[in-house]
Amino acid sequence: MGAIPFVAVLISYMIASHLRRLDNPADKLLPSLETMGASFWRMAFEADKRSGNFLLWTDTFDSLWRLGIGMGVATSLALILGIAIGFIPHTRSALAPFVATISLIPPITILPILFIMFGLGELSKIMLIVLGTAPVMVRSIAQSVIDIPREMIIKAETLGASVWQMVWRLVVPQTLPRLITAIRLGLVPGWIFLISAEAIASTGGLGYRIFLVRRYLAMDVILPYVFWITLLAFVIDRLLLLLSKRAFPWHHIGGESL
Amino acid sequence: MSDVAVPKLPKLDVRGLTMEYGDNRVLERLSLTVEAGSFCTIVGASGCGKSTFLRLLLSQEVPTGGRILLDGKPLPPEPTPDRGIVFQRYSVFPHLSVEENLILAAEFERAAFTGRLIGKARTEAREAVAETLNKIGLFAAKDRFPAQLSGGMQQRLAIAQALMKRPKILLLDEPFGALDPGIRVDMHELLLGLWEEFSMTIFMVTHDIAEAFKLGTRMLVFDKVRHDPENPEAYGANVTYDLPLNRSTDDAAPEASDLFRAPKTII
Repeated sequence: MGAIPFVAVLISYMIASHLRRLDNPADKLLPSLETMGASFWRMAFEADKRSGNFLLWTDTFDSLWRLGIGMGVATSLALILGIAIGFIPHTRSALAPFVATISLIPPITILPILFIMFGLGELSKIMLIVLGTAPVMVRSIAQSVIDIPREMIIKAETLGASVWQMVWRLVVPQTLPRLITAIRLGLVPGWIFLISAEAIASTGGLGYRIFLVRRYLAMDVILPYVFWITLLAFVIDRLLLLLSKRAFPWHHIGGESL
Repeated sequence: MSDVAVPKLPKLDVRGLTMEYGDNRVLERLSLTVEAGSFCTIVGASGCGKSTFLRLLLSQEVPTGGRILLDGKPLPPEPTPDRGIVFQRYSVFPHLSVEENLILAAEFERAAFTGRLIGKARTEAREAVAETLNKIGLFAAKDRFPAQLSGGMQQRLAIAQALMKRPKILLLDEPFGALDPGIRVDMHELLLGLWEEFSMTIFMVTHDIAEAFKLGTRMLVFDKVRHDPENPEAYGANVTYDLPLNRSTDDAAPEASDLFRAPKTII
Protein backbone atom coordinates (compact mmCIF):
# COMPACT_ATOMS: atom_id res chain seq x y z
CA MET A 1 0.00 0.00 0.00
CA GLY A 2 2.75 2.40 0.95
CA ALA A 3 4.29 2.07 -2.51
CA ILE A 4 1.26 3.43 -4.37
CA PRO A 5 1.98 7.19 -3.95
CA PHE A 6 5.64 6.62 -4.92
CA VAL A 7 4.66 4.77 -8.10
CA ALA A 8 2.04 7.42 -8.91
CA VAL A 9 4.61 10.24 -8.69
CA LEU A 10 7.10 8.26 -10.77
CA ILE A 11 4.55 7.55 -13.50
CA SER A 12 3.38 11.19 -13.56
CA TYR A 13 6.98 12.30 -13.94
CA MET A 14 7.61 9.85 -16.77
CA ILE A 15 4.51 11.04 -18.63
CA ALA A 16 5.38 14.73 -18.17
CA SER A 17 8.97 14.11 -19.18
CA HIS A 18 7.86 12.16 -22.25
CA LEU A 19 5.48 14.92 -23.36
CA ARG A 20 8.15 17.62 -22.99
CA ARG A 21 10.68 15.59 -24.96
CA LEU A 22 8.13 15.04 -27.73
CA ASP A 23 8.12 18.85 -28.12
CA ASN A 24 11.84 19.25 -27.76
CA PRO A 25 14.13 16.20 -27.75
CA ALA A 26 16.91 18.33 -26.17
CA ASP A 27 14.76 19.34 -23.19
CA LYS A 28 16.82 19.68 -20.01
CA LEU A 29 14.12 20.40 -17.42
CA LEU A 30 12.51 16.97 -17.15
CA PRO A 31 15.18 14.53 -18.34
CA SER A 32 14.24 10.91 -18.98
CA LEU A 33 14.98 8.25 -16.39
CA GLU A 34 17.62 6.81 -18.76
CA THR A 35 19.46 10.15 -18.94
CA MET A 36 19.36 10.56 -15.19
CA GLY A 37 20.52 6.99 -14.71
CA ALA A 38 23.43 7.56 -17.08
CA SER A 39 24.42 10.81 -15.34
CA PHE A 40 24.20 9.16 -11.94
CA TRP A 41 26.35 6.29 -13.20
CA ARG A 42 28.89 8.79 -14.55
CA MET A 43 29.03 10.66 -11.20
CA ALA A 44 29.38 7.44 -9.25
CA PHE A 45 31.60 5.19 -11.31
CA GLU A 46 33.58 7.32 -13.76
CA ALA A 47 36.49 9.34 -12.48
CA ASP A 48 36.10 13.09 -12.94
CA LYS A 49 38.37 14.27 -15.79
CA ARG A 50 39.70 17.25 -13.91
CA SER A 51 40.17 15.87 -10.39
CA GLY A 52 40.26 12.13 -11.02
CA ASN A 53 37.73 11.63 -8.21
CA PHE A 54 34.52 9.65 -8.24
CA LEU A 55 32.43 12.73 -7.51
CA LEU A 56 29.31 11.15 -6.00
CA TRP A 57 31.36 9.32 -3.39
CA THR A 58 33.67 12.20 -2.51
CA ASP A 59 30.64 14.52 -2.28
CA THR A 60 28.80 12.02 -0.10
CA PHE A 61 31.82 11.51 2.12
CA ASP A 62 32.39 15.27 2.54
CA SER A 63 28.75 15.90 3.40
CA LEU A 64 28.28 12.97 5.76
CA TRP A 65 31.51 13.85 7.54
CA ARG A 66 30.32 17.42 8.17
CA LEU A 67 26.85 16.27 9.16
CA GLY A 68 28.25 13.56 11.43
CA ILE A 69 30.63 15.88 13.28
CA GLY A 70 27.97 18.59 13.56
CA MET A 71 25.27 16.23 14.82
CA GLY A 72 27.78 14.51 17.12
CA VAL A 73 28.63 17.80 18.80
CA ALA A 74 24.96 18.78 18.95
CA THR A 75 24.07 15.40 20.49
CA SER A 76 26.77 15.68 23.15
CA LEU A 77 25.59 19.19 24.01
CA ALA A 78 21.98 17.99 24.14
CA LEU A 79 22.82 15.17 26.53
CA ILE A 80 25.09 17.16 28.86
CA LEU A 81 23.21 20.47 28.89
CA GLY A 82 19.80 18.78 28.69
CA ILE A 83 20.45 16.72 31.82
CA ALA A 84 22.09 19.65 33.61
CA ILE A 85 19.10 21.87 32.86
CA GLY A 86 16.47 19.21 33.42
CA PHE A 87 17.86 17.67 36.60
CA ILE A 88 19.60 20.51 38.45
CA PRO A 89 17.24 23.38 39.35
CA HIS A 90 20.07 25.93 39.67
CA THR A 91 21.37 25.16 36.20
CA ARG A 92 17.84 25.31 34.89
CA SER A 93 17.21 28.81 36.22
CA ALA A 94 20.62 29.96 34.96
CA LEU A 95 20.64 28.41 31.49
CA ALA A 96 17.09 27.62 30.33
CA PRO A 97 16.13 31.18 29.27
CA PHE A 98 19.43 31.55 27.43
CA VAL A 99 19.06 28.28 25.52
CA ALA A 100 15.44 29.13 24.72
CA THR A 101 16.53 32.47 23.27
CA ILE A 102 19.41 31.01 21.27
CA SER A 103 17.09 28.38 19.83
CA LEU A 104 14.88 31.14 18.39
CA ILE A 105 17.65 32.80 16.34
CA PRO A 106 17.14 31.76 12.72
CA PRO A 107 20.45 29.88 12.32
CA ILE A 108 20.95 30.82 8.68
CA THR A 109 21.15 34.51 9.70
CA ILE A 110 24.31 33.83 11.66
CA LEU A 111 25.97 32.03 8.75
CA PRO A 112 27.69 35.28 7.58
CA ILE A 113 28.95 35.78 11.13
CA LEU A 114 30.31 32.23 11.16
CA PHE A 115 32.03 32.76 7.80
CA ILE A 116 33.61 35.97 9.11
CA MET A 117 34.65 34.39 12.43
CA PHE A 118 35.72 30.93 11.33
CA GLY A 119 36.55 31.47 7.67
CA LEU A 120 35.11 29.54 4.76
CA GLY A 121 36.52 26.16 5.87
CA GLU A 122 34.90 23.20 7.54
CA LEU A 123 34.53 24.81 10.96
CA SER A 124 31.94 27.37 9.93
CA LYS A 125 29.79 24.72 8.21
CA ILE A 126 29.93 22.42 11.21
CA MET A 127 29.19 25.31 13.54
CA LEU A 128 26.10 26.14 11.51
CA ILE A 129 24.81 22.59 11.90
CA VAL A 130 25.59 22.64 15.64
CA LEU A 131 23.99 26.02 16.26
CA GLY A 132 21.01 25.13 14.12
CA THR A 133 20.20 21.84 15.80
CA ALA A 134 21.68 21.79 19.32
CA PRO A 135 19.47 24.39 21.10
CA VAL A 136 16.23 22.67 20.15
CA MET A 137 17.71 19.26 21.02
CA VAL A 138 18.90 20.59 24.40
CA ARG A 139 15.41 21.88 25.14
CA SER A 140 13.78 18.62 24.16
CA ILE A 141 16.15 16.55 26.31
CA ALA A 142 15.79 18.94 29.27
CA GLN A 143 12.02 18.56 29.02
CA SER A 144 12.20 14.78 28.90
CA VAL A 145 14.40 14.81 32.03
CA ILE A 146 11.88 17.07 33.77
CA ASP A 147 9.13 14.65 32.73
CA ILE A 148 10.71 11.73 34.60
CA PRO A 149 8.12 11.09 37.33
CA ARG A 150 9.15 12.57 40.68
CA GLU A 151 8.18 9.26 42.29
CA MET A 152 11.10 7.53 40.58
CA ILE A 153 13.64 10.03 41.87
CA ILE A 154 12.21 9.65 45.39
CA LYS A 155 12.30 5.88 45.09
CA ALA A 156 15.96 5.99 44.03
CA GLU A 157 16.75 8.15 47.07
CA THR A 158 15.10 5.60 49.37
CA LEU A 159 17.26 2.92 47.73
CA GLY A 160 20.33 4.86 48.77
CA ALA A 161 21.31 6.47 45.47
CA SER A 162 23.64 9.46 45.41
CA VAL A 163 22.92 12.30 42.99
CA TRP A 164 25.62 11.01 40.65
CA GLN A 165 24.22 7.47 40.76
CA MET A 166 20.75 8.81 40.01
CA VAL A 167 22.08 10.63 36.94
CA TRP A 168 24.01 7.58 35.80
CA ARG A 169 21.50 4.81 36.45
CA LEU A 170 18.19 6.64 36.18
CA VAL A 171 18.33 9.86 34.22
CA VAL A 172 20.79 8.96 31.46
CA PRO A 173 19.25 5.55 30.59
CA GLN A 174 15.73 6.97 30.55
CA THR A 175 16.89 9.88 28.41
CA LEU A 176 18.87 7.97 25.77
CA PRO A 177 15.89 6.76 23.68
CA ARG A 178 14.56 10.32 23.71
CA LEU A 179 18.00 11.49 22.64
CA ILE A 180 17.76 9.24 19.59
CA THR A 181 14.36 10.75 18.80
CA ALA A 182 15.90 14.21 19.20
CA ILE A 183 18.72 13.26 16.80
CA ARG A 184 16.23 11.99 14.23
CA LEU A 185 14.23 15.20 14.44
CA GLY A 186 17.41 17.31 14.54
CA LEU A 187 18.70 15.70 11.36
CA VAL A 188 15.91 17.37 9.38
CA PRO A 189 17.18 20.94 9.96
CA GLY A 190 20.70 19.47 10.10
CA TRP A 191 20.51 18.50 6.42
CA ILE A 192 19.09 21.92 5.53
CA PHE A 193 21.98 23.76 7.16
CA LEU A 194 24.52 21.38 5.66
CA ILE A 195 23.24 21.89 2.10
CA SER A 196 22.89 25.65 2.67
CA ALA A 197 26.43 26.06 3.95
CA GLU A 198 27.82 23.91 1.11
CA ALA A 199 25.82 25.83 -1.48
CA ILE A 200 27.25 29.16 -0.33
CA ALA A 201 30.92 28.40 0.23
CA SER A 202 32.44 25.01 -0.41
CA THR A 203 34.61 23.03 -2.78
CA GLY A 204 32.88 19.71 -2.36
CA GLY A 205 29.80 18.06 -0.93
CA LEU A 206 26.34 17.10 -2.10
CA GLY A 207 24.97 20.62 -1.63
CA TYR A 208 27.95 22.15 -3.41
CA ARG A 209 27.44 19.82 -6.40
CA ILE A 210 23.75 20.50 -6.99
CA PHE A 211 24.24 24.25 -6.71
CA LEU A 212 27.27 24.04 -9.03
CA VAL A 213 25.54 22.13 -11.84
CA ARG A 214 22.45 24.35 -11.47
CA ARG A 215 24.34 26.84 -13.66
CA TYR A 216 24.12 24.36 -16.55
CA LEU A 217 20.47 23.48 -15.88
CA ALA A 218 21.78 19.95 -15.30
CA MET A 219 18.54 18.51 -13.98
CA ASP A 220 19.84 15.07 -14.93
CA VAL A 221 22.40 15.44 -12.12
CA ILE A 222 20.34 17.51 -9.66
CA LEU A 223 17.34 15.17 -9.53
CA PRO A 224 19.37 11.99 -8.86
CA TYR A 225 21.37 13.90 -6.23
CA VAL A 226 18.17 15.01 -4.50
CA PHE A 227 16.98 11.42 -4.63
CA TRP A 228 20.34 10.24 -3.24
CA ILE A 229 20.27 12.80 -0.38
CA THR A 230 16.72 11.73 0.47
CA LEU A 231 17.77 8.10 0.43
CA LEU A 232 20.71 8.81 2.74
CA ALA A 233 18.47 10.74 5.15
CA PHE A 234 15.92 7.94 5.08
CA VAL A 235 18.47 5.20 5.73
CA ILE A 236 20.07 7.16 8.61
CA ASP A 237 16.64 7.73 10.13
CA ARG A 238 15.69 4.05 9.89
CA LEU A 239 19.04 2.95 11.32
CA LEU A 240 18.55 5.25 14.31
CA LEU A 241 15.07 3.83 14.88
CA LEU A 242 16.49 0.32 14.65
CA LEU A 243 19.22 1.24 17.13
CA SER A 244 16.61 2.61 19.53
CA LYS A 245 14.55 -0.58 19.30
CA ARG A 246 17.57 -2.81 19.77
CA ALA A 247 19.23 -0.87 22.56
CA PHE A 248 16.12 0.29 24.44
CA PRO A 249 13.43 -2.36 23.94
CA TRP A 250 11.64 -1.21 27.12
CA HIS A 251 10.94 2.14 25.45
CA HIS A 252 9.10 0.52 22.56
CA ILE A 253 6.84 -1.85 24.52
CA GLY A 254 3.18 -1.32 23.83
CA GLY A 255 3.47 1.43 21.28
CA GLU A 256 4.16 1.78 17.60
CA SER A 257 7.23 3.82 16.73
CA LEU A 258 7.36 5.93 13.60
CA MET B 1 23.96 2.16 85.02
CA SER B 2 20.55 0.63 85.08
CA ASP B 3 18.69 -0.42 82.00
CA VAL B 4 15.41 -0.75 83.85
CA ALA B 5 14.48 2.90 84.12
CA VAL B 6 14.96 3.72 80.43
CA PRO B 7 11.49 4.38 79.01
CA LYS B 8 10.74 2.74 75.69
CA LEU B 9 10.82 5.33 72.93
CA PRO B 10 8.00 5.28 70.43
CA LYS B 11 9.17 4.48 66.90
CA LEU B 12 7.66 7.65 65.59
CA ASP B 13 6.69 10.76 67.51
CA VAL B 14 4.78 13.44 65.62
CA ARG B 15 4.32 16.72 67.44
CA GLY B 16 2.13 19.61 66.34
CA LEU B 17 2.64 18.82 62.69
CA THR B 18 1.32 21.56 60.40
CA MET B 19 1.59 21.78 56.63
CA GLU B 20 0.52 24.78 54.60
CA TYR B 21 0.75 25.46 50.89
CA GLY B 22 0.35 29.24 50.72
CA ASP B 23 -3.06 29.94 52.26
CA ASN B 24 -4.11 26.34 51.98
CA ARG B 25 -3.66 24.65 55.34
CA VAL B 26 -3.65 20.91 54.76
CA LEU B 27 -2.61 19.52 58.15
CA GLU B 28 -3.06 21.32 61.42
CA ARG B 29 -1.30 20.57 64.74
CA LEU B 30 -1.31 16.84 64.26
CA SER B 31 0.22 14.86 67.13
CA LEU B 32 0.69 11.14 67.16
CA THR B 33 2.95 8.48 68.63
CA VAL B 34 3.37 5.16 66.91
CA GLU B 35 4.96 2.05 68.43
CA ALA B 36 7.44 -0.03 66.50
CA GLY B 37 5.79 -2.82 64.55
CA SER B 38 2.45 -1.07 64.12
CA PHE B 39 0.51 -1.37 60.88
CA CYS B 40 -1.25 1.98 60.60
CA THR B 41 -3.87 2.29 57.92
CA ILE B 42 -4.82 5.84 57.00
CA VAL B 43 -8.24 6.64 55.58
CA GLY B 44 -10.16 9.82 54.99
CA ALA B 45 -11.85 11.91 52.34
CA SER B 46 -9.86 13.19 49.38
CA GLY B 47 -7.84 16.31 50.11
CA CYS B 48 -7.57 15.57 53.82
CA GLY B 49 -3.81 15.44 53.86
CA LYS B 50 -3.29 11.68 53.92
CA SER B 51 -0.75 11.68 51.13
CA THR B 52 0.76 14.90 52.45
CA PHE B 53 1.29 13.18 55.80
CA LEU B 54 3.04 10.32 54.02
CA ARG B 55 5.26 12.74 52.06
CA LEU B 56 6.22 14.43 55.33
CA LEU B 57 7.09 11.06 56.89
CA LEU B 58 9.28 10.40 53.86
CA SER B 59 10.97 13.85 54.03
CA GLN B 60 9.80 14.43 50.48
CA GLU B 61 8.47 17.73 51.84
CA VAL B 62 9.35 19.79 54.90
CA PRO B 63 6.52 20.64 57.32
CA THR B 64 5.74 24.33 57.90
CA GLY B 65 5.23 23.64 61.61
CA GLY B 66 5.85 20.98 64.23
CA ARG B 67 8.26 18.11 63.93
CA ILE B 68 8.61 14.40 63.44
CA LEU B 69 10.94 12.33 65.58
CA LEU B 70 12.06 8.94 64.38
CA ASP B 71 13.56 6.88 67.23
CA GLY B 72 13.77 10.15 69.17
CA LYS B 73 15.74 11.98 66.49
CA PRO B 74 14.44 14.50 63.95
CA LEU B 75 13.86 13.09 60.48
CA PRO B 76 16.69 13.59 57.98
CA PRO B 77 15.91 16.41 55.54
CA GLU B 78 15.64 14.13 52.52
CA PRO B 79 14.40 10.59 51.77
CA THR B 80 16.78 7.93 53.13
CA PRO B 81 16.91 4.13 52.96
CA ASP B 82 15.48 3.77 56.48
CA ARG B 83 12.03 4.60 55.06
CA GLY B 84 10.81 2.61 52.06
CA ILE B 85 8.05 3.82 49.77
CA VAL B 86 5.58 2.26 47.35
CA PHE B 87 3.50 4.60 45.24
CA GLN B 88 0.37 3.73 43.31
CA ARG B 89 2.26 4.28 40.04
CA TYR B 90 5.82 4.93 38.83
CA SER B 91 7.34 2.98 41.69
CA VAL B 92 9.61 0.74 39.63
CA PHE B 93 12.09 1.74 36.95
CA PRO B 94 10.74 1.06 33.45
CA HIS B 95 14.17 0.75 31.82
CA LEU B 96 15.31 -2.06 34.13
CA SER B 97 14.19 -5.68 34.08
CA VAL B 98 12.51 -7.18 37.14
CA GLU B 99 15.80 -8.57 38.37
CA GLU B 100 17.72 -5.35 37.65
CA ASN B 101 15.11 -3.41 39.61
CA LEU B 102 15.80 -5.62 42.63
CA ILE B 103 19.61 -5.57 42.51
CA LEU B 104 19.68 -1.80 42.02
CA ALA B 105 19.84 -1.07 45.76
CA ALA B 106 22.87 -3.35 46.13
CA GLU B 107 24.48 -1.70 43.11
CA PHE B 108 24.02 1.75 44.63
CA GLU B 109 25.61 0.51 47.82
CA ARG B 110 28.60 -1.33 46.38
CA ALA B 111 29.45 0.69 43.27
CA ALA B 112 29.66 4.22 44.60
CA PHE B 113 30.84 5.80 41.38
CA THR B 114 29.03 4.01 38.56
CA GLY B 115 26.13 2.51 40.51
CA ARG B 116 26.57 -0.59 38.35
CA LEU B 117 27.97 -3.97 39.32
CA ILE B 118 29.76 -6.10 36.77
CA GLY B 119 31.14 -9.61 36.57
CA LYS B 120 31.26 -11.67 39.73
CA ALA B 121 29.78 -8.98 41.97
CA ARG B 122 26.78 -8.76 39.67
CA THR B 123 26.32 -12.51 39.65
CA GLU B 124 26.36 -12.51 43.44
CA ALA B 125 23.81 -9.71 43.58
CA ARG B 126 21.58 -11.64 41.18
CA GLU B 127 21.86 -14.79 43.27
CA ALA B 128 20.99 -12.77 46.35
CA VAL B 129 17.62 -11.72 44.94
CA ALA B 130 16.63 -15.16 43.61
CA GLU B 131 14.78 -16.03 46.80
CA THR B 132 12.93 -12.71 46.76
CA LEU B 133 11.94 -13.30 43.15
CA ASN B 134 10.52 -16.67 44.11
CA LYS B 135 8.64 -15.27 47.07
CA ILE B 136 6.90 -12.62 45.00
CA GLY B 137 6.24 -15.11 42.21
CA LEU B 138 8.29 -13.27 39.64
CA PHE B 139 11.20 -15.66 39.15
CA ALA B 140 9.93 -16.77 35.74
CA ALA B 141 9.45 -13.11 34.78
CA LYS B 142 12.79 -11.85 36.06
CA ASP B 143 14.05 -10.75 32.65
CA ARG B 144 10.88 -8.91 31.68
CA PHE B 145 10.46 -5.18 31.81
CA PRO B 146 7.82 -3.67 34.13
CA ALA B 147 5.67 -2.64 31.16
CA GLN B 148 5.36 -6.34 30.31
CA LEU B 149 3.93 -7.18 33.76
CA SER B 150 0.37 -7.00 35.03
CA GLY B 151 -0.53 -4.30 37.56
CA GLY B 152 -0.39 -6.77 40.44
CA MET B 153 3.02 -8.08 39.39
CA GLN B 154 4.33 -4.52 39.10
CA GLN B 155 3.20 -3.69 42.64
CA ARG B 156 4.68 -6.93 44.00
CA LEU B 157 7.95 -5.89 42.42
CA ALA B 158 7.59 -2.37 43.82
CA ILE B 159 7.07 -3.70 47.35
CA ALA B 160 9.97 -6.14 47.07
CA GLN B 161 12.20 -3.38 45.72
CA ALA B 162 11.22 -1.03 48.56
CA LEU B 163 12.23 -3.73 51.05
CA MET B 164 15.68 -4.38 49.58
CA LYS B 165 17.26 -1.90 52.01
CA ARG B 166 15.33 -3.47 54.91
CA PRO B 167 13.68 -0.19 55.97
CA LYS B 168 12.33 0.16 59.49
CA ILE B 169 9.35 2.05 58.15
CA LEU B 170 7.41 1.22 55.00
CA LEU B 171 5.15 3.87 53.50
CA LEU B 172 2.43 2.78 51.08
CA ASP B 173 0.45 5.39 49.15
CA GLU B 174 -2.66 3.64 47.83
CA PRO B 175 -0.51 0.78 46.59
CA PHE B 176 -3.42 -1.40 45.49
CA GLY B 177 -5.70 1.39 44.30
CA ALA B 178 -5.39 0.41 40.65
CA LEU B 179 -5.72 -3.36 41.13
CA ASP B 180 -8.64 -5.76 40.69
CA PRO B 181 -10.32 -6.91 43.93
CA GLY B 182 -9.19 -10.52 43.46
CA ILE B 183 -5.58 -9.48 43.02
CA ARG B 184 -5.82 -7.25 46.08
CA VAL B 185 -6.53 -10.21 48.34
CA ASP B 186 -3.31 -11.89 47.16
CA MET B 187 -1.43 -8.65 47.74
CA HIS B 188 -2.81 -8.43 51.29
CA GLU B 189 -1.44 -11.89 52.08
CA LEU B 190 1.96 -10.98 50.66
CA LEU B 191 2.09 -7.68 52.52
CA LEU B 192 1.06 -9.17 55.90
CA GLY B 193 3.65 -11.92 55.49
CA LEU B 194 6.39 -9.40 54.75
CA TRP B 195 5.29 -7.16 57.61
CA GLU B 196 5.75 -10.00 60.07
CA GLU B 197 8.99 -11.19 58.51
CA PHE B 198 10.62 -7.77 58.44
CA SER B 199 9.04 -6.56 61.74
CA MET B 200 8.67 -3.08 60.36
CA THR B 201 6.28 -0.23 60.98
CA ILE B 202 3.87 0.33 58.11
CA PHE B 203 1.84 3.38 57.16
CA MET B 204 -0.63 2.69 54.40
CA VAL B 205 -2.97 5.21 52.80
CA THR B 206 -6.02 3.57 51.27
CA HIS B 207 -9.46 4.49 50.00
CA ASP B 208 -10.76 0.99 50.67
CA ILE B 209 -12.11 1.03 54.21
CA ALA B 210 -12.49 -2.76 54.34
CA GLU B 211 -8.83 -3.06 53.40
CA ALA B 212 -7.97 -0.60 56.19
CA PHE B 213 -9.78 -2.74 58.74
CA LYS B 214 -8.41 -5.99 57.42
CA LEU B 215 -4.73 -5.04 57.36
CA GLY B 216 -4.19 -2.50 60.13
CA THR B 217 -3.40 -2.85 63.78
CA ARG B 218 -4.40 0.74 64.08
CA MET B 219 -6.55 2.90 61.87
CA LEU B 220 -6.11 6.65 61.58
CA VAL B 221 -9.02 8.60 60.14
CA PHE B 222 -8.03 11.97 58.72
CA ASP B 223 -10.63 14.70 58.60
CA LYS B 224 -11.04 18.39 59.16
CA VAL B 225 -12.01 19.16 62.73
CA ARG B 226 -13.24 22.63 61.94
CA HIS B 227 -14.74 23.80 58.71
CA ASP B 228 -15.49 27.30 57.48
CA PRO B 229 -17.80 27.13 54.46
CA GLU B 230 -16.78 30.66 53.47
CA ASN B 231 -13.14 29.63 53.37
CA PRO B 232 -12.77 25.87 53.10
CA GLU B 233 -8.99 26.03 53.03
CA ALA B 234 -8.62 27.94 56.30
CA TYR B 235 -8.43 24.89 58.57
CA GLY B 236 -6.32 21.81 58.15
CA ALA B 237 -7.06 18.17 58.80
CA ASN B 238 -6.14 16.16 61.86
CA VAL B 239 -6.56 12.61 63.06
CA THR B 240 -10.22 12.57 64.06
CA TYR B 241 -10.41 8.87 64.89
CA ASP B 242 -7.58 6.70 66.13
CA LEU B 243 -8.83 3.14 66.34
CA PRO B 244 -6.81 0.25 67.69
CA LEU B 245 -7.77 -2.79 65.65
CA ASN B 246 -7.63 -6.35 66.73
CA ARG B 247 -7.42 -8.51 63.70
CA SER B 248 -8.20 -11.71 65.59
CA THR B 249 -11.81 -10.77 66.35
CA ASP B 250 -14.42 -11.25 63.73
CA ASP B 251 -16.45 -8.21 64.62
CA ALA B 252 -18.19 -6.71 61.66
CA ALA B 253 -16.54 -3.57 60.44
CA PRO B 254 -18.46 -0.44 61.38
CA GLU B 255 -20.14 1.47 58.62
CA ALA B 256 -17.88 4.03 56.97
CA SER B 257 -20.52 6.73 57.47
CA ASP B 258 -20.23 6.30 61.26
CA LEU B 259 -16.57 7.15 61.13
CA PHE B 260 -16.81 10.43 59.29
CA ARG B 261 -18.72 12.72 61.58
CA ALA B 262 -20.25 15.85 60.17
CA PRO B 263 -17.68 18.63 60.47
CA LYS B 264 -18.39 21.36 62.96
CA THR B 265 -19.28 24.52 61.14
CA ILE B 266 -17.82 27.78 62.34
CA ILE B 267 -19.32 30.97 61.03
